[in-house]
Amino acid sequence: MSSATAIRRTLIKGLMVGVAMFGFGFALVPLYDIICEIAGVNGKTNTVAYTGTAEVDESREVRVIFMSVNGGAMPWHFRPEVTEMVVKPGQVYNTAYYAENLTGRDLVAQAVPSVSPGYAASHMNKIECFCFEQQPLAGGQDTRMPLQFMVDPDLPKSVRAITLNYTLFDITERVMRESASR
Amino acid sequence: MSAVIDTHGHEDHGPKRGFMRWVTTTNHKDIGAMYLWFSLAMFFVGGLFALIIRSELFQPGLQIVEPEFFNQMTTMHGLIMVFGAVMPAFVGLANWLIPVMIGGPDMALPRLNNWSFWLLPFSFTILLSTMFMEGGGPNYGWTFYAPLSTSYAPPSVTFFIFAMHLMGVSSILGSINIIATIFNMRAPGMTLMKMPMFVWSWLITSYLLVAVIPVLAGVITMMLMDINFGTSFFDAAGGGDPVLFQHVFWFFGHPEVYIMILPAFGIVSHIIPAFARKPLFGYSSMVYATSSIAFLSFIVWAHHMFTVGIPLVGELFFMYATMLIAVPTGVKVFNWITTMFRGSMTFETPMLFALAFVVLFTIGGFSGLMLAIAPADFQYHDTYFVVAHFHYVLVPGAIFAIFAAMYYWLPKMTGNMYPEWLGKLHFWLSFVGMNLTFFPMHFIGLAGMPRRIPDYNMQFADFNMVASVGAFAFGFTQLLFLAIVIITIRGGKKAEAKSWEGAEGLEWSLPSPAPYHTFATPPEVK
Repeated sequence: MSSATAIRRTLIKGLMVGVAMFGFGFALVPLYDIICEIAGVNGKTNTVAYTGTAEVDESREVRVIFMSVNGGAMPWHFRPEVTEMVVKPGQVYNTAYYAENLTGRDLVAQAVPSVSPGYAASHMNKIECFCFEQQPLAGGQDTRMPLQFMVDPDLPKSVRAITLNYTLFDITERVMRESASR
Repeated sequence: MSAVIDTHGHEDHGPKRGFMRWVTTTNHKDIGAMYLWFSLAMFFVGGLFALIIRSELFQPGLQIVEPEFFNQMTTMHGLIMVFGAVMPAFVGLANWLIPVMIGGPDMALPRLNNWSFWLLPFSFTILLSTMFMEGGGPNYGWTFYAPLSTSYAPPSVTFFIFAMHLMGVSSILGSINIIATIFNMRAPGMTLMKMPMFVWSWLITSYLLVAVIPVLAGVITMMLMDINFGTSFFDAAGGGDPVLFQHVFWFFGHPEVYIMILPAFGIVSHIIPAFARKPLFGYSSMVYATSSIAFLSFIVWAHHMFTVGIPLVGELFFMYATMLIAVPTGVKVFNWITTMFRGSMTFETPMLFALAFVVLFTIGGFSGLMLAIAPADFQYHDTYFVVAHFHYVLVPGAIFAIFAAMYYWLPKMTGNMYPEWLGKLHFWLSFVGMNLTFFPMHFIGLAGMPRRIPDYNMQFADFNMVASVGAFAFGFTQLLFLAIVIITIRGGKKAEAKSWEGAEGLEWSLPSPAPYHTFATPPEVK
């Protein structure tokens, strides 16, 4: 019966569209990262050390505000050394964050940076950052985590203040799991 | 095709007897009826949850339920109403009506149809059972934003994901079946541009479903992997991004809300011409408008997330794209009005529901336009104004259209006329109750009352009390609908083949009630 073949063909086509769209859902994940990177919108900063240099723009001053947030039930004390700096684009600055493990257990943390406004993120060049690595800290210990950065002179003129926020996550379980599976 | 496996092939070959009839049936009318009953049951369950919410919000302060349970109620109310009540009701109507509207003997894939239905009771049993599990059921809102639904979710979230997968499989298979039926089972002469509007609207809806339900399946699979397999799609600690969840979810979610309204457009496009006794004005523009709405639904999703920090260009694009939807929707509304212009109108229950649909859906559309304005949305976001908006498009939109369809086609389904005065009573009580519930929400929303919170400031007390009174009136009125359906099935004035004077379409050429098997030999379509 020819209509039975036609129905089967429609069914197969429909199922193929379904499977393709399921794949598309997953394709949105890398697509999202690429679009965010091109547009520089989601506030994510460079994840490897910045190595370039730039001319210092003496004519301009930008406020950089430092913030810290504990992600989830992160049991650490976590704060920036200074909450605010006035910087010149192109010049390299040093500051730091402090962390103290308030528990008696050895924990591993990961700091995730986020810049606001989002489109300033690609102009926030980090030369040295504790967020590039995992931060193990024994129970009861504290540490000073250095941060070296330079605001790019190409920063849009409309931006006068940049907020740099770090969210600290407890990744001990994840690290244990990964080392166990290795 | 298993529907015609019966070797006698008489038109009056009746169903099996007893319970197994419903388990094993491949008949589109049986399956359609089961979908409709399932939907009605879920409508009462979701309604019960809504009344628990409204009881708690009757007065400021916490008096009836714990906040944790309140969160489960808002979540479950949304999930049950969207996936359990509105969608299955439209699928049920599609099953019952599409074959008889296009002159086909049954759905194209009858056994698949049986499976599509029977997945649903299992899916929703699992979903409802999560409420009795340790840590309670879903409490993260029907939009289940990560990481609220991953890192901070109760352990039952895995069951929620499984239930949603089952529901998704059911929807995808059901919609492929509808596409296959419309393309392959039409009577000779029934060209695409002669198809009834309900069939057209369902064809487009089916495409939306096949395109976006897999994306929902994808996003809940990512959640499952984040929760159980250590991935970090939405976990910032592992390099993921919670905002990604919202993008993927709303890529599904916005077409989803049109899935719940396009079939309603189709239904109203049958009922208004029937009771205005004039053919539908602008048939082809209706088809194109529906297609445009479906297309636009794919490129507006970020208007649900204006406040997450998307760049200005993005805000502008999604704002204007959203406003553009008002154009094809306006075409439809004006077509309905023009259909009525100089018609000889009568106001039986289906027409009352259809007219209320046009007026109240338009109000919901206008509040949608207000929300589309990105800078204004920063104020309205997550307030009761949003709740008022989407209840205006879903309650007098989707649900009133379903009521209208039931009253309009019930004589064809049961062979009996429903008691007209009871139908009208149901309409007026619903109309008043519904407006009393949702209209004040506009005001408290604009004044700043946030949604999904069990307590509120004293200044919102009066309007909330009005809304709660309206909700109880609306909710208990629906028991009347159940009674009317039962009364009509059991007896009443016999319905003629053409139950309404102005009714058009192949289904009215069949006797009432429609025989178990119809159009075994295809009718002639001029």
